[in-house]
This record gives sequence, C-alpha cells and structure tokens, in this order.
Amino acid sequence: MKFLCIDCDEQMTFQDRQVPGDGTFAASFECPHCNRRIAMLANPFEAQLVNSLGVKIGGRTLEEEPFEQTRRSVVGKDNAFVDEEDTTGKPIRWSAESRERLERVPRFVRGMVKKIYAEYATEHGITEITPAVMDSARTELGLEGM
Amino acid sequence: MTYRTYREVEGSDRSRLAEQVGEQRNRVVERLAGVERVVPVMSGKGGVGKSYVTAALALELARRYEGRVGVLDADLTGPTVVRMLDARGPLKVDADGVEPATGKGGVRVMSMGLLLESGQPLKWREPDSEQFVWRGTLEAGTLREFLADVKWGSLGFLLVDLPPGAASIANLANLVSDVAGAIAVTIPSEESGQSVERAIRSAIDCNVDVVGIVENMCSYVCSDCGHSVRLFEGSAGLRLSEEFELPLLAQIPFVPGQASTGAIGTLADALIENLS
Repeated sequence: MKFLCIDCDEQMTFQDRQVPGDGTFAASFECPHCNRRIAMLANPFEAQLVNSLGVKIGGRTLEEEPFEQTRRSVVGKDNAFVDEEDTTGKPIRWSAESRERLERVPRFVRGMVKKIYAEYATEHGITEITPAVMDSARTELGLEGM
Repeated sequence: MTYRTYREVEGSDRSRLAEQVGEQRNRVVERLAGVERVVPVMSGKGGVGKSYVTAALALELARRYEGRVGVLDADLTGPTVVRMLDARGPLKVDADGVEPATGKGGVRVMSMGLLLESGQPLKWREPDSEQFVWRGTLEAGTLREFLADVKWGSLGFLLVDLPPGAASIANLANLVSDVAGAIAVTIPSEESGQSVERAIRSAIDCNVDVVGIVENMCSYVCSDCGHSVRLFEGSAGLRLSEEFELPLLAQIPFVPGQASTGAIGTLADALIENLS
C-alpha cells in the first residue's frame, strides 16, 4: 500500500500507528514535500485482515516476538507461558496493546524505556505490563512523553 | 485529475507486507535447519489412531536417536499428543523462541493442548464476530509459529500430527518446502481407505512424497489369551498400498492396555530405511 500526495506527486511516508483497542487501527502518513498529513482509519474487518496475517501496516519497528500472534489471539490458560526473567528473576509479560505503544517510542531509546517500565513493574509486583501500567509509571516516574 | 498508480510510484511499499510474509517463511526455514527430517503423519479421516501412531513412533524413534525427536501436534482443535506423551507446561519463552515441553522418552512436544485449559475448546480472542472468515488464517498463523518460534534444536525426526482432512497436508507443505515424506494412516475399512486416498492425492498434488501406509487396528488381540479377531471389514491398507505402489509399512493390532511395540518397531525400521 502506498499513499501519494497528488498535489506534490510525492509518495507519503509512514509516521505512526495507533491501536485504540476497539478492534480498529489508524496509521498516519506525511508528504515529505508539503508536510501534509493524512490518517488511514481501518475498520475492525480491515484490521483483522492485517492481524490474522501477523503483519504490521507501516512495517515492523520491533522484532516479532515468539508466538506473538498465538498469544494475542488464542484464549488460553493464564499460566501457559513463563516469560524471560528480568534482573530480579520475576517473569514480565507485555500485552499486545503495550507493545504497540512501545513501538511508537523512538528506536534509539526504546530499549532503555522498556527497561524502565520492566523495573517499575517488578518493583510493584506487576507481572503484565499494560497501557494502564505504562500510564501509572509515566506519572509516578515523571516520564511524560515516553 | 490524473495521478500515478501503484506501480508508477517508484520506491518501496512502506508497509512491506509481502516482505513481512516472506520473512515469516524464512524464519521457518532457519528454525528447522537443525531438523534432519520433517515427517507428517496424516489420515484424511478422524478416529483412525493417527495421534497414537505418532506418539508411539516418536517414542520408538527417541529410543534410537537419543531423544532427538520432536512432535508438532498440528491438530489445533483436537490436540491429544500432549496427554499421550505426558508433556507438560508451562512453556518457557525468551527472545529467541519458545522452549518445547519435554514428554516421555525426552520427546520435544509442541501442541495447542499445552496452551488451553483442560477440556476447553480452542477459542480465538479476536475478532468478536465473523470468525468463520478468519479462522483458517489464524490457524495457519499458529501452525507457522509452532514451526518457526519453537526451539526445536537438533532433531533426527520432527513428526507432525496433522488434523483430519485432505487439505491439512497442503497447509504444512506451504510452510515447509522440504518435507521428507508423509506417512498415511488408515484403518482396514473402505470408508477410511477412501478418505486416506484423498489425503494421499492431496500430498502428491503438493509434491510431498508419501513414504508408505500404516494400517492401524488391523485386528483385536485379547490381552489374556492372545486370540486375534478382525475389528473391521476390508483391507484398505493393502488396497492403498497396491493402488499407489507404496509400501505397507506396518499393520498395528489393537491390544487393550498394551502398546504394539512390535509393529511400531517395524514402522520405525521402515521409516529410517526409507528416509536415510
């Protein structure tokens, strides 16, 4: 899929992706010449077409995690998996929504930001990082913008 | 108003969806690099004991290959191999992949049975409606991840317990280009024979060699007196063997409470000989 700025005759570039959690998704694109921005808004049917293929509109910014699609899609038992251990030896899991949010963090600081959230979760005895946990961490740790 | 179309706009597709799918395929190839032989066990028909044959064969091969045997239970909606091989979770995950469960004989196992609550059917979280449209794609995605994301390691054999249905071999062949050879399991009845015939033709259509036929439940053997009687009318194993000019690898009797070690040993011998 390509987006063309007709006025400039330039291919628009992918900017960001948003997953509001209601089955839809949005992706924004910008014309590198005139900076005009557009948003592509996909309905749940279109979003599912992409999800079921295990691919990402706009390309991947994070490596695909093992069993990413299976863990997101299958209604399974809570203790089916034990995730890699953090420095304290406690397993931490990232929800699909929190991973989406993490992907919007610039690549060069993403590792550091991920570690900060993981440490916050560990300190609070949290085993799964969700957008709500990320919001709490941002507020408590003064990480607005991450 | 005129403007350029997709192919006229030079430069890559930013989403690279086709490339992403290609990378998924590449990960399957990379992950299976240490697997010497991928062997699907198919039947085309349910209830012929395909999973029993898979599990018993895996145990026999593991004895000969120092545990370097894996079983991928591709029957996502009716997984049974976990119980037969006594494999248990939870599954340990790190950035490199998922560690398979270890079952009897050291057999490495991946199955939907490790992910679901006991007795619960396979359900998908999303979408919340029109699931019939997506179910096939979601199942294919899960099978791909079972192949690509499990740390299978170095294996002499990876047996794939396929679900009933002639098309299941095609799904696997789309993901694994170098299948060593499939085993077709039937019971003696002609109803089973016709279903397995469709599965064999499906395998041939997707360029998968069929190593041979296994006739399961060829007879009932009393575990007390050893008296043997036929369980089903027909001789589908022999008929398929002659029709497709394939070896009848083994005929496995049903002996209550006992594993048919003799017939399974014969099957393992034949498999090793044909795929060495």
